[in-house]
Amino acid sequence: MKKTVLSVLVALGVTTGSAFGAGDAAHIHDVDFSFEGPFGSFDQHQLQRGMQVYQEVCSACHGLRQVAFRTLADEGGPHLTEDQVKAFAALYDVYDAELDDTRAAIPSDKFPRSGVENAPDLSLMAKARAGFHGPAGLGINQIVKGMGGPEYIVAILTSYTGEEKTQAGSTLYENTAFPGGWIAMAPPLSDDQVEFADGHDASAHHMAEDTAAFLMWAAEPKMMARKWTGLLSVGFLALLTVLLYLTNKKLWAPHKRKA
Amino acid sequence: MAGIPHDHYEPKSGFEKWLDARLPIAGVLYSTLMIPTPKNLNWMWIWGIVLTFCLALQIITGIILVMHYVPHVDMAFDSVEHIMRDVNGGWAFRYLHANGASLFFIAVYIHIFRGLYYGSYKSPREITWIVGMLIYLAMMATGFLGYVLPWGQMSFWGATVITGLFGAIPGVGPIIQEWLLGGPAVDQATLNRFFSLHYLLPFVIVGLVVIHIWAFHTTGNNNPTGVEVRRKSKAEASKDTLPFWPYFVIKDLFALVLVLTIFAAIVGFMPNYLGHPDNYIEANALSTPAHIVPEWYYLPFYAILRAITFDVLFLDAKFLGVLAMFGAIFVMALAPWLDTSSTRSGRYRPMFKWWFWLLGIDFMVLMWCGARPAEGLVPLISLIGAIYWFAYFLVILPILGRIEKPLPTPETIEADFDAHYPPKSTESR
Repeated sequence: MKKTVLSVLVALGVTTGSAFGAGDAAHIHDVDFSFEGPFGSFDQHQLQRGMQVYQEVCSACHGLRQVAFRTLADEGGPHLTEDQVKAFAALYDVYDAELDDTRAAIPSDKFPRSGVENAPDLSLMAKARAGFHGPAGLGINQIVKGMGGPEYIVAILTSYTGEEKTQAGSTLYENTAFPGGWIAMAPPLSDDQVEFADGHDASAHHMAEDTAAFLMWAAEPKMMARKWTGLLSVGFLALLTVLLYLTNKKLWAPHKRKA
Repeated sequence: MAGIPHDHYEPKSGFEKWLDARLPIAGVLYSTLMIPTPKNLNWMWIWGIVLTFCLALQIITGIILVMHYVPHVDMAFDSVEHIMRDVNGGWAFRYLHANGASLFFIAVYIHIFRGLYYGSYKSPREITWIVGMLIYLAMMATGFLGYVLPWGQMSFWGATVITGLFGAIPGVGPIIQEWLLGGPAVDQATLNRFFSLHYLLPFVIVGLVVIHIWAFHTTGNNNPTGVEVRRKSKAEASKDTLPFWPYFVIKDLFALVLVLTIFAAIVGFMPNYLGHPDNYIEANALSTPAHIVPEWYYLPFYAILRAITFDVLFLDAKFLGVLAMFGAIFVMALAPWLDTSSTRSGRYRPMFKWWFWLLGIDFMVLMWCGARPAEGLVPLISLIGAIYWFAYFLVILPILGRIEKPLPTPETIEADFDAHYPPKSTESR
């Protein structure tokens, strides 16, 4: 029921062309996400909360078409049980070409596409926007802070000023994080809009962070495997480097008169 | 092979003799692997092996990616996500391939600047240099074609902009552009031919690399002194050189693995750092990104392209920009004939050094300009940078050779090596 109310609340929107492309918005603040850095990992509970916000709020308009329900059970992700995945998938209707009709989704299906025209699909949103470009546009601070994709999402969800205007028949909302300053999406989050099963604080800002974390997982579901592989590779290669250094040193020693 | 005298392969067993009489492959491999190599090579001589590794890495990961990629405008983007999400280890192959391109270009730029500093392009290594430039051009083409395949926003608009450059050629431009695209705009036909060529060109590069190696194995390596290996006799040559195996193989492997350690950290911890976020948005012909930026490795030449903002006579700015961009690489290829100095290595050229490092800074500044929107001071800085680039090759190199008084070079490579690693007093020489 909440969902229906929200779908009315969340405006059908057209984002202006240029706004679609670049992500060079101002006012993006760094968030200390658990998954940042070489040793960072997703917080399973945060992902589950973010998943809940997506399901109850975002999914009214936005699709997640690249993400398969079954992956919600993956380790390193929200890590739901098989039954939970089945129950969660069943909340969605998907189109089945064989039936030529919609049916309740099953784990092997993917999330539906955006239900509202011009509401961008969120599958890759956390990688398709960069919050940080500095200093001097060199982007070097990305090494420390990451690309700022999730931070951008948090900023978009929490940077409404309350101003709105009507343009060409549609309502635009002022949002200081959005390129151009005016966004077609109505402020989607308000305090205590979602009730978390784990009793976690549901302030709008918290929900925004949880949503951003979930969308980061949606965009990069193999992140944990990647970092672990990276760590392992760096370790082994570093060891091999040392061995080759010593080999090389010994090999050349007679010629460099060091033996 | 002519060049530095060294031991040759002697077939010993019956099978070796049998094979050698029919296909002297063992001899070729032996000569290649045991080639006498100047023993004073420094760490700037390791990039060749890194480049060879990159080529192999790109081909192997590329072949695996092709098994899952779909070159269709409606499916290409999703097939890349399929690789990232559903294919076993697919994310690793794709990130290795994408970042492997960057490693390839970092290595090739250092390799080229190494050649420029130590005069590796000079006689008798002009063919090596020219073939190297052809490899570089083929790499640029391959990288560009490959960047289009994921069919993201930057893929699509990058392809539109770059093919548009050919459209700027007076008269025949639009025809050439349409021929390249296979239609009036970037579409299915474009994706298909780009995919085909992206698969083809790496093998052309393999062929060019073989010629590149053949050429410098004929002349022998250059070295930091620019002094040639003495080659009157085997004994004399062996004082200046050590065989490639094991001395340089192990040295190069050490350097390669060190580079790969850093590479693994980038792939593992920040694989999207060198990419552009917009390429995670599917190509959309109706929405132009605010800033269309090429991959970092094209930026210096992209800046030169955009540096020309004025028409000259009947030639418009865009066409002049295209000429300047290709000209920038062309003048670099002519370096062997533009550099008039009889001293090969920049180490012994006190004036040249400054101009060389300024060229290095110029390259970085142009790279920065290429990444910025063309507004404010950027076009002016780009123009100054572009002028210096051309001036370095067309004016400075020819003049320096005449007015500069080079420092004395060591008599032999052995003397240079001994200066670094003095013989012990007890050692009889």
